[in-house]
Amino acid sequence: MVYDENWEAVIGLEVHCQLLTKTKIFSGASTTYGAAPNTQADAVTLGLPGVLPVLNATALQMAVKFGLAVDAQVAERCVFARKHYFYPDLPKGYQISQYELPIVANGHLDIELGEGQIKRIGITRAHMEEDAGKSLHEGFVGASGIDLNRAGTPLIEIVSEPDIRTAAEAVAYLKKLHQLVVYLGICDGNMQEGSFRCDANVSVRRRGTEKFGTRTETKNVNSFRYVEKAIEYEIGRQIDVIESGGTIVQETRLFDPGTGETRSMRTKEDANDYRYFPDPDLLPVVVTTDDIERVRATMPELPEAKRNRFMEQYALPKYDATVLTGEQALADYYEAVVKASGADPKICSNWITTDLLGALNKIGKDITESPVGAEMMAGLIARIVDKTISGKIAKDVFEAMLAGEGTADEIIQAKGLVQITDESAIEKVIDEVIAANPAQLEQYRSGKDKLFGFFVGQVMRASRGKANPDAVNRLLKDKLAG
Amino acid sequence: MRAGPGPGVHPGDIAFKYEPMHTLSIKALGEGLKTKKFSSRELTQHYLSRIERHDPALNSYITVTAEQALAQADAADARLAAGEAGPLTGIPLAQKDIFCTAGVRTSCASKMLDNFVAPYNATIVDKLHGADGAGMVMLGKCNMDEFAMGSSNETSWYGPVKNPWDTGRVPGGSSGGSVAAVAAGLAPAATATDTGGSIRQPAALTNLTGIKPTYGRVSRYGMIAFASSLDQAGVVARTAEDAAYVLQAMSGFDPRDSTSVERPVDDLVGGLERPIKGLRIGLPKEYFAEGLADGARERVMAAVEQLRSMGAEIVEISLPNSPLSVPTYYVVAPAEASSNLSRYDGVRYGHRAEGIKTLEELYKRSRGEGFGAEVQRRIMVGTYVLSHGYYDAYYLQAQKVRKLIYDDFRRAFESVDLVLGPTATDVAFELGSKTDDPVAMYLNDIYTIAANLAGIPAMSLSCGFVDGLPVGLQLMGNYFDEARLLNVAHQYQLATDWHQQHPRGFE
Repeated sequence: MVYDENWEAVIGLEVHCQLLTKTKIFSGASTTYGAAPNTQADAVTLGLPGVLPVLNATALQMAVKFGLAVDAQVAERCVFARKHYFYPDLPKGYQISQYELPIVANGHLDIELGEGQIKRIGITRAHMEEDAGKSLHEGFVGASGIDLNRAGTPLIEIVSEPDIRTAAEAVAYLKKLHQLVVYLGICDGNMQEGSFRCDANVSVRRRGTEKFGTRTETKNVNSFRYVEKAIEYEIGRQIDVIESGGTIVQETRLFDPGTGETRSMRTKEDANDYRYFPDPDLLPVVVTTDDIERVRATMPELPEAKRNRFMEQYALPKYDATVLTGEQALADYYEAVVKASGADPKICSNWITTDLLGALNKIGKDITESPVGAEMMAGLIARIVDKTISGKIAKDVFEAMLAGEGTADEIIQAKGLVQITDESAIEKVIDEVIAANPAQLEQYRSGKDKLFGFFVGQVMRASRGKANPDAVNRLLKDKLAG
Repeated sequence: MRAGPGPGVHPGDIAFKYEPMHTLSIKALGEGLKTKKFSSRELTQHYLSRIERHDPALNSYITVTAEQALAQADAADARLAAGEAGPLTGIPLAQKDIFCTAGVRTSCASKMLDNFVAPYNATIVDKLHGADGAGMVMLGKCNMDEFAMGSSNETSWYGPVKNPWDTGRVPGGSSGGSVAAVAAGLAPAATATDTGGSIRQPAALTNLTGIKPTYGRVSRYGMIAFASSLDQAGVVARTAEDAAYVLQAMSGFDPRDSTSVERPVDDLVGGLERPIKGLRIGLPKEYFAEGLADGARERVMAAVEQLRSMGAEIVEISLPNSPLSVPTYYVVAPAEASSNLSRYDGVRYGHRAEGIKTLEELYKRSRGEGFGAEVQRRIMVGTYVLSHGYYDAYYLQAQKVRKLIYDDFRRAFESVDLVLGPTATDVAFELGSKTDDPVAMYLNDIYTIAANLAGIPAMSLSCGFVDGLPVGLQLMGNYFDEARLLNVAHQYQLATDWHQQHPRGFE
């Protein structure tokens, strides 16, 4: 979308990221998604009288891991605070969160805009908190249902600086953040199930002015596309309001994916006074340098570093390296194939980025569910490299592998696809083809070079694709020359 | 005072001649059970009968769990017979109705929780009554001020508790039911909780020994929260020795309570016999200033002389910030209470108003109907002091003063082993005499609150009577020095017989 170039948007994102712990942030109840309502609500989750929270150490380690990954300060001492408001899916009447002393502060994430342009987006803070439950309004008459399975699931809320200027930058930031938390193994990144949720703070100002405009917060925009649409809409709406003489009201808005519009949910006037104060049930959390170093030792290679290494170590073009390092599992798959096949890394990359990813996309599976594992893929590529089969035959073998017909060797064996490299055998086929096509031979010899391809095709067909293409080319050229 | 069978005593209550079971110490009860002088079932039945006969005059129990108690007694008798009994196996105990007990109503003396049956046991309930615990028999759940907010046990939804020493007077609060039950011989001992004096002040007003241990010594898991940073569970009993036995079984680290402390528990019973000669006891001058009734002052000073005669060294000290403890407490405690009581919203459990149409109405009416006036007052005060724009002036300021009070004690314990003072300003007051004046009621806790703000252990024991009503002596110790407190109290009780007096009509 193009808006008046006299205007500039100022955008900050708040991302709620569910941490991938087995149990809840303050109790031993399971966090698995999709269980029957309230079956994962133990006494602590229900907020029964007398229960107390105990911090899940794994959740803390994951938050620290995130802090290290965005080059932030990890607080030596952080404090949990209670944030009060009444809502039926908030069992205690307060959410345990962090307020004045969050676990992570002052980090950043670099995003790539077009033509290799890099922009640094500041991360103000990331704090730990518990998720709320869910209110269910459908399927009940004259009542609402409450499902507390999600209540108490650990979250980190990642707050960016208002460094983002366009919807496209917002999406680039969000995708980068998403990739990072999945890479770190601290979030499953499932946006549909709400594991990774985004609220967008948007304001506009006349280009050249320093003062921020009044901002609105758009809640729960839960796909990259919706984030883009919601921000675009909100920027356009705000400009329209101001240009037609109105003022922007500080408010919370809700994005409607149906219409692509945002609408007012509540204004600042009815905002809650959250009455934050340090939770007396939880001691301040002390993170020592040793603790941080222990977490650092478990840090995986991060996407950027991995991409750069792939470009260097495997001499891959930037495009290939970027695709292959998009997901940790894919990068691991690629490296396993290169190692096991001993083949040219670029050939491996071609097979994976084009054939494999294309096929997976078609059947709607991700790399971890691929019917062709890394070992199998390496087996196929190895047969190309040792000239057992041609690249063309290999495509058929790959199809058969996808269909579950076995390994490359099994399929080659069963279908008799071994490449013919015996030159006398190839010559015999060539002779037969030439003998059967005297007219074309005549035309070729009188200068119609294009017919060379016709002869190659005939030879390959006659050999049922098994003739070694290099040998066919060489021998055919000699024979046709006469 | 040992009463034999006589008028008003049912012959079936008496297990053996001249020594009614309800006058025996916990140690003696344990020996009686082990030597088969009586069974746990007989002992339990004896207490249940006494409750039936005497409690209508006192209202000390909200719920009597007779059936469960007899089943626990039978289980204890089996353990005793098998020789697997511990020192407390088969001995009855009353629980303050603030501790969650699986399958038994846990009301916190509030209409809000009148229908609440906890699905789990508080850690101390498991420790005291559980299969792997001390094997004590739970007689029932004791009355208290609603959500432990009060100093007279007059805010209970189940009605006030009467003081066995004068049923026209209050037993103190908030653990009024626990002390009335023990003082009247309706339980050998009872659990209690203390946020600003709720164990010590009622113990003082009913001639009992009550101890609030160091914050973090006893698990708070399953104890319904009033003010989380101040709440601490403890015990009321007739003697320091009895209290030591029960506290020993309750204490210890609990992984379910992040504020409980991972540190071994001292041998409280074993430490009782140490001589107190040479012990330095500090008398804070602020605790003997204006406001302390003459009679109470006399009795406390007589106790000081008694301890001096036993070899203790008495020194005057100053806790200069103690006058700030009441205002500090009445910011911190309501603030935390307003937050802790947010969960009672009528959605998942507890009282829900009928005929509601909107969510807001559900909250307002359920809470308006479920909470009594004192609880509502504190929720409003607490909400106010945490509000945007007031937080710094009240809550943050109170936390700073709290630090000063803590520093006072830290300095004091550099030069003395114990701090001694009165527990309350006077003897028990008449029912209804302070209910219309919250500030006068709050001043009841003027001597007890500082220990909660600082987190130190403190106890009260009887040091005599004024016009037939008991006066309490308060001892405050350094962190985790419960053993020393109980030791000094026990030595004092070996030399005096105040604690052996029983209220008339409940012999």
